[in-house]
Amino acid sequence: MPFIPHTEEDIAEMLASIGADSIEALFDEIPANLKGGNLDEVPPGLSEMEITRLMMERASQDGFYQSFIGAGAYEHHIPAAVWQITTRGEFYSSYTPYQAEASQGTLQLLYEYQTMMASLTGMDVSNASMYDGATALAEAALMAVRSHKSSRCILIPETVHPVYRKVARAIVSNQKIEIVEVPFDKASGQVRLESLNAFATDDIAALVIPQPNFFGVLEQVDALTDWAHSKNALAIGVVNPTALALLKPPGEWGETGADIAVGEGQPLGIPLSSGGPYFGFMACKNSLIRQIPGRIIGRTNDLDGKPGFVLTLQAREQHIRRSKATSNICTNQGLMVTAATIYMSLLGPEGLRRVAAHSHANTSSLIKKLTAIPGVEQIFSSPFFHETAIRLPSSAANALAKLKQNGILGGFDLQTHYPELENILLVCATETKTEADIDNYVSQFRQALS
Amino acid sequence: MLIFEHARPGRRNYSQAPKTSASIDDIPDHLLRKKQPLLPEVSEMDTVRHYTRLSQKNFSIDTEFYPLGSCTMKYNPRACNALAMLPQYLSRHPLAPEDTGQGFLACMYELQEILKDVTGMAGITLAPMAGAQGELAGVMMIRAYHEAHGDFERTEIIVPDAAHGTNPATAVMCGFKVVEIPTDKEGNVDLNALKAAVGPKTAGLMLTNPSTLGVFEENIAEMSRVVHEAGGLLYYDGANLNAVLGKVKPGDMGFDVIHINLHKTFSTPHGGGGPGSAPIGVAKRLLPFMPVPFVTLEDGKYRWITEQERPQSIGHLSAHMGNAGVLLRAYIYVRLLGREGMNRIAEFATLNANYLMAELRKIGFEIAYPTRRASHEFIVTMKDIKDKTGVTAMNLAKRLLDKGYHAPTTYFPILVPECLLIEPAETESKQTLDAFVTAMKEILDEIEQQPDMVKSAPHNMPLRKLDDVKAARELDLCWKPGA
Repeated sequence: MPFIPHTEEDIAEMLASIGADSIEALFDEIPANLKGGNLDEVPPGLSEMEITRLMMERASQDGFYQSFIGAGAYEHHIPAAVWQITTRGEFYSSYTPYQAEASQGTLQLLYEYQTMMASLTGMDVSNASMYDGATALAEAALMAVRSHKSSRCILIPETVHPVYRKVARAIVSNQKIEIVEVPFDKASGQVRLESLNAFATDDIAALVIPQPNFFGVLEQVDALTDWAHSKNALAIGVVNPTALALLKPPGEWGETGADIAVGEGQPLGIPLSSGGPYFGFMACKNSLIRQIPGRIIGRTNDLDGKPGFVLTLQAREQHIRRSKATSNICTNQGLMVTAATIYMSLLGPEGLRRVAAHSHANTSSLIKKLTAIPGVEQIFSSPFFHETAIRLPSSAANALAKLKQNGILGGFDLQTHYPELENILLVCATETKTEADIDNYVSQFRQALS
Repeated sequence: MLIFEHARPGRRNYSQAPKTSASIDDIPDHLLRKKQPLLPEVSEMDTVRHYTRLSQKNFSIDTEFYPLGSCTMKYNPRACNALAMLPQYLSRHPLAPEDTGQGFLACMYELQEILKDVTGMAGITLAPMAGAQGELAGVMMIRAYHEAHGDFERTEIIVPDAAHGTNPATAVMCGFKVVEIPTDKEGNVDLNALKAAVGPKTAGLMLTNPSTLGVFEENIAEMSRVVHEAGGLLYYDGANLNAVLGKVKPGDMGFDVIHINLHKTFSTPHGGGGPGSAPIGVAKRLLPFMPVPFVTLEDGKYRWITEQERPQSIGHLSAHMGNAGVLLRAYIYVRLLGREGMNRIAEFATLNANYLMAELRKIGFEIAYPTRRASHEFIVTMKDIKDKTGVTAMNLAKRLLDKGYHAPTTYFPILVPECLLIEPAETESKQTLDAFVTAMKEILDEIEQQPDMVKSAPHNMPLRKLDDVKAARELDLCWKPGA
């Protein structure tokens, strides 16, 4: 009986106290015709030794690859202390801090996280996190519509992560919110003001602005933010948190700054782990604080005037407001945020800046070497952060297959989401890649093309 | 003391970031940050010490009995964490080709098959990232189903008044109007009210069974008939699946779509409030609408099913495939339990709840539904105690913290006044439950003898009662230097 401590004697005493003949008698309120517990598809239980063997075998079956894929999830060095502390039982096995006096550890950590994220994004306030970057964008769109008096239309450029656009559409379309996509400029890889002119007379609730965008390219965020504000629309930044160590934060874009900043928190100490769990971050201007979804932590005092932390502004949330809540969201991604907070503390402003700058420099070096190969070219002219797109002179799928045989995941085939971008790879080299790794990739790449 | 208050300008960790700075000359100046972000400048040891100390200010399953009703705070086996964190699993990029992740995908596929059997549903997708997102997906599928049948008039979702707050909030997020129906004296949904509520506008009913009142909905078969005859679908909120696992399958109760909270029934960590994970199971008629991706097995190879193959799918719920690492932990847990262990979860969760209910009743606590069996949880109401002494459920909750126990859920479900929702979970021993009863008895005596002391609890925690009103009125959500 795994994880059940009861002895035969315990069971007998407990049944006697209850006044029941057997454990089965405790289920006498379930109608007999509904009962049926055959679990034929569930295999017999394994011991810890046996499951260890199985999971190690499957892990070695998958093995290790040297990955140059980014496209929304990025490999960064994670200091050893991050997950050693995060998986302490007191963080790992506690729950939402409803009882503040018994949860000051989690609450204070979340307050520190909110402080770090608000500063990184240049915003006034941050919530305690969302499920992931994609759902954070969907929630930002809902927030924009709630705060806008007349429009239910959100403009999302095609340079925003394609799956984020799908997730946002799936979630907000239930509420009769329209998502309109803005085409990108094929030469620069950016969304241009000229493309927005088509919407000059429309009533718009918000414009979404990615930085960097899905192609890794840096957008003209100041002009785009000012355009949104000139239309009385909100500007929603979708940003990479590592990049924010170098780049102008959304709160400083344009004349008055973007209104909401969201993004994928994974680069901040969260392993790639096949896509999750990650966490989404969301920060905003003070004026939108009552529209923000999810948990928020506030600092207050106890009866003796000692400072402490509590969940606050709960009147927005489903457990109080039920059908009138700002969102149905219940949890945040507490454990992921614990890791991210420790990661940001260990790196500090200079450490994170170096991670960002090295990722940029490594990708620049990789692109320079790749485009020296005849027929390989960088397709977007604009500056990039730590990934960008290259065109191959022959099949991208073939090249990727050959690289894979040599233990390299060579990049993301953009045709997956952009049918017109044929034989174009999105490649990324973060700070984890050495010069030798980059040279090895380039040499394997050259062979894969021949 | 905050981490920022340990900081000194220029202090940093040299081994954890690149050794040198790198050139960013080609990024235009107007796109660059001018002022460095407010991240702490601290040493590695400062960080380790600070967050270790913070962790020690938490109650957790690993350190205290945590009978938080509706949350299933059972032991999280260490093997599940250790094996899910093998480096091959952690380093796998979500967009890596399927043939480089057959080991991982095998685990996901087998988990789908096991959950299918446990719930009695026709299909499982692992995509939703939390209970509330599972609900969202489920209700979106109900909507998609009706619309695919050309039925656009079904604008209402029926929700019992005892439901989790996420149920009505989800229905509204999906564009439905919420129709609330009452609970009868015995804790069952009022069947006549349900019959009166259904009609051509009914899209579906959302139900938790056993309910949030900790009792099994005895009329479930009849309710299922009423809703289906009206043309609606049945949604199962799997928050309380732990109570019936291996005993009765939601599919056999007539449910069309369900979500399973893996962080409850399948013991993945609650993590201070997430990450959750909530696979959904569907009846045959909803298979075409399942969110993508999910895993299939063809010719001995595992691969993802995508939206191209499921044109009626409600779409993507996350950037990738949901909370993979949580799913791995749940997979390891079900393999450790196996068929026989799975059957015992409900049995011992129910035994513990009924025992604790019996013992608390014996020492004088009032049970909200005294004629009913407890499922895996039950409700104590403090209404009489409050009327006589002024001591509230929240006061008792805070006093329990002083005695080294996490408090039960308080003031939920809303329809029982001054309630404590108590869920011991199957992993607690009789001896722990007995010690808890002793603590509850001590508090009863204290309420009698020194009610003011109980009202001003906690007294033995690092902090006394915190001022929620000040927190909401004078918002302080970020630390500011010099503040």
